[in-house]
Amino acid sequence: MSQATDAPRRPLSPHLQIYRWGITNTLSILHRGTGLVLSFGLVVLAAWLVAIASGPDAFAALSAVYGSLWFKLPLAGIVLSFFYHLANGIRHLIWDTARGFSHAAIRAGGIAVVLFALVATAVYVAVGMF
Amino acid sequence: MSKADDRSSRKSTVVHWWHQRLTAVALIPLGLWLALSLPGLDLGSQAALVAWIREPMTAILLGLLALAGTYHSWLGVHEVLVDYVPDAAQFRVTLLLSLVAHVGVLAACLYAILRIVFGAA
Repeated sequence: MSQATDAPRRPLSPHLQIYRWGITNTLSILHRGTGLVLSFGLVVLAAWLVAIASGPDAFAALSAVYGSLWFKLPLAGIVLSFFYHLANGIRHLIWDTARGFSHAAIRAGGIAVVLFALVATAVYVAVGMF
Repeated sequence: MSKADDRSSRKSTVVHWWHQRLTAVALIPLGLWLALSLPGLDLGSQAALVAWIREPMTAILLGLLALAGTYHSWLGVHEVLVDYVPDAAQFRVTLLLSLVAHVGVLAACLYAILRIVFGAA
């Protein structure tokens, strides 16, 4: 099997516009979307730690950025993504034990996850995190 | 290493699946801990944050969070690339870029934590 002549024949995932949209597949792709947001969240976390480690001046400079109005929306997006990915991730771990696959359970779990993410983010806003 | 090893060898897929679940389970308490800690901190004070990170439990949990978080993220991005980057060369390049980025973020986190704990900052 030579690499040069062997073109990749592995099937692609169907692109997203192929699907008919419902709550279940929307929440499923949201798990990926929020996961990618959280990957950038790690960069935000790393920069914060490095600024703290670099002394008061560096910290003040980063705080000016993180505290600015234009940064609050992405920050809120990271928080919302965190709570969603956390709750939906737990749902995935439950599915891994081959439980919770009834139509009713999937629907109820999906609604619960979305509600949890919204409420937890609202609480974060309410305690003055933004 | 053949092309198949990158994407679909059975052994690496099982390891990937298993490591993803292990880090997911670890990230539940670690993530909740950070989310619940942040509102109680004086986020505007560098000195207060340094004092907080110098507490041994904070430094250890932050280090574990950085480790599990970047590893889980690396696995997740790998999955997305497998699904949506059909070209083998492009796939390898993006996977390599992802690796460099994730190692960089992890190194930055660990360096910062160690510098805060042992440094004079």
